[in-house]
Amino acid sequence: MKYPSTTVQDASEERLPEGLPSAIDPTQVGATAPTPSAARARELVFRIEGLTAYYGEAAAIRDVSFEIYRRMVTAIIGPSGCGKSTFIRCLNRMNDVIPSFHTEGRILYHDIDLQAGNVDPVAVRRRIGMVFQRPNPFPKSIYENVAYGLRILGLKDNLGDRVEQALKRAALWDEVKDRLKRSALSLSGGQQQRLCIARALAIEPEVILMDEPASALDPIATTRIEDLMHELKKDYTIVVVTHNMQQAARVADMTAFFSISKGDEGERSGVLVEYDDTKTIFTQPKDKRTEDYVTGRFG
Amino acid sequence: MSADSNTSQIFRTERIGRRKLVNHLVEAAATVSALLAVAVLVIVIGSVAKRGAGAISWDFLTKTPVIDTGFGEPQPSGIANAIIGTAIIVGIAVLLALPVGVLTAIYLNELAPKRVSAVLSLALDVLNGIPAIVIGIFVFVFLVVGHGQSGLKAGFALSILMLPMVARATQEVLALVPNSLREASLALGAAKWRTTLSVVLPQAVGGIVTGATLATARVAGETAPLLFTSSLVSDEINTNPNEALESIPMFIFKSAEQADPALHEQAWGAALVLIAFILITSLLARAFAARSRRRILGER
Repeated sequence: MKYPSTTVQDASEERLPEGLPSAIDPTQVGATAPTPSAARARELVFRIEGLTAYYGEAAAIRDVSFEIYRRMVTAIIGPSGCGKSTFIRCLNRMNDVIPSFHTEGRILYHDIDLQAGNVDPVAVRRRIGMVFQRPNPFPKSIYENVAYGLRILGLKDNLGDRVEQALKRAALWDEVKDRLKRSALSLSGGQQQRLCIARALAIEPEVILMDEPASALDPIATTRIEDLMHELKKDYTIVVVTHNMQQAARVADMTAFFSISKGDEGERSGVLVEYDDTKTIFTQPKDKRTEDYVTGRFG
Repeated sequence: MSADSNTSQIFRTERIGRRKLVNHLVEAAATVSALLAVAVLVIVIGSVAKRGAGAISWDFLTKTPVIDTGFGEPQPSGIANAIIGTAIIVGIAVLLALPVGVLTAIYLNELAPKRVSAVLSLALDVLNGIPAIVIGIFVFVFLVVGHGQSGLKAGFALSILMLPMVARATQEVLALVPNSLREASLALGAAKWRTTLSVVLPQAVGGIVTGATLATARVAGETAPLLFTSSLVSDEINTNPNEALESIPMFIFKSAEQADPALHEQAWGAALVLIAFILITSLLARAFAARSRRRILGER
């Protein structure tokens, strides 16, 4: 669906003032972790060290280093072509399927190098789930979509309960509980995306990667996905790629700004410009490029 | 430019008239060609039906051939042995070609590096272009000479003809399965074989069945390979695939050569049976494909 861009922009700007604080001061006051994210004990999930990712000869991202923390939403923002998607797909080794793809540097997941030879990418993806830009439910029933991952893992006990739990956590249960046997393709785009989230949640990963999860959705469906992210970060670590800065401001605790840099021979690759608390990135960025981007002067 | 010259452009001029004429001509040529293609089918089926209908009877389908000696009452003659033989030979061909063809397509589309895939696809196209009689001679020289004919060898020869058709048809439908579905499955921690088996193949099953049916129909009427591999037959019903089996195409071929007009009619009748067999198989396959698609998409 296409909306006039001005409408979306207006709506987002209106939401920003209340969105920003809520990102910094999560609604779940008194939850297990101390509330303000800055003060929260930051438990490491990923440590990325000098990651450079190549498609053939060309480096899509160059020398990226930062840390991703547990039970927080980390947003990756930046202009088109800055390697946001390439980066996030490194975290669960989804890029492995591209023959010419290779990396340098390290991605440590709980101190284990994900690129190491003895790491099984299939096992990695069971711990680190992914939601894609376009909703991609299987052309099976709603129930079978969620059950698929469980069946792969051989979790055949209480299949129905597990499916129900996953759908509840993805805030979809009430809408689909009476039509679980119907095709997933009969759902709306926003519902399909929440089904994809439920499908990822069903196998109980630790991390959920979201690659522009709302970019194909209308504003109302987008809001529901964002609300869901707030809810899910109580239990999961979420990394979200977005080209929508307002969305990052609304949902993320931490924000990484990627940009495109020209190399010596004019080759363009994505680099990490700045990484900090979302509030800092949006209000007191240290780098001029970040400031230009978040204030809308560039990108 | 004045308003006058602007508006005048929307009126019909000679050049536009010619353009419309060309348009009409091309449309007419395309329509006539399409009708011609259907007409050929109708004429072929019609003439076969007209000449063969007289031979069709319950006896024709259930009795074996009886040579009319000209003495006494003529006995009812039939092609039951040819029908059973064709069913066995084609069944063997399908059993051999379908799994290998589908697996070949899976390798080409899901596993092979691009360059290997391109070379193999070309190889399959070349194999597809090899005349049936060449395949027949090949099987004859390597399997039949010194060992004798058999239904198994005939089925093997037909399966060589089927293989590239099944593989290429399957490959085409596999290529239509959106990559986002493979990614969805891989991202859930499914191994590649599991993704192929549980997500990709169910999506493609309709197309695979259709392709396999077309290939089956195509080889069911092949005569040349059978000439070398399964032509020296008795007139009795035989279900042993280790012996040469009668087949409908061979029966048509042999009967059409005879001087007896009764045998000519029987040949037409057998041709009609063959066409009906192909038609029924195609319809069944379509019904199956539609059903499987509904099942995959869930109840709407």
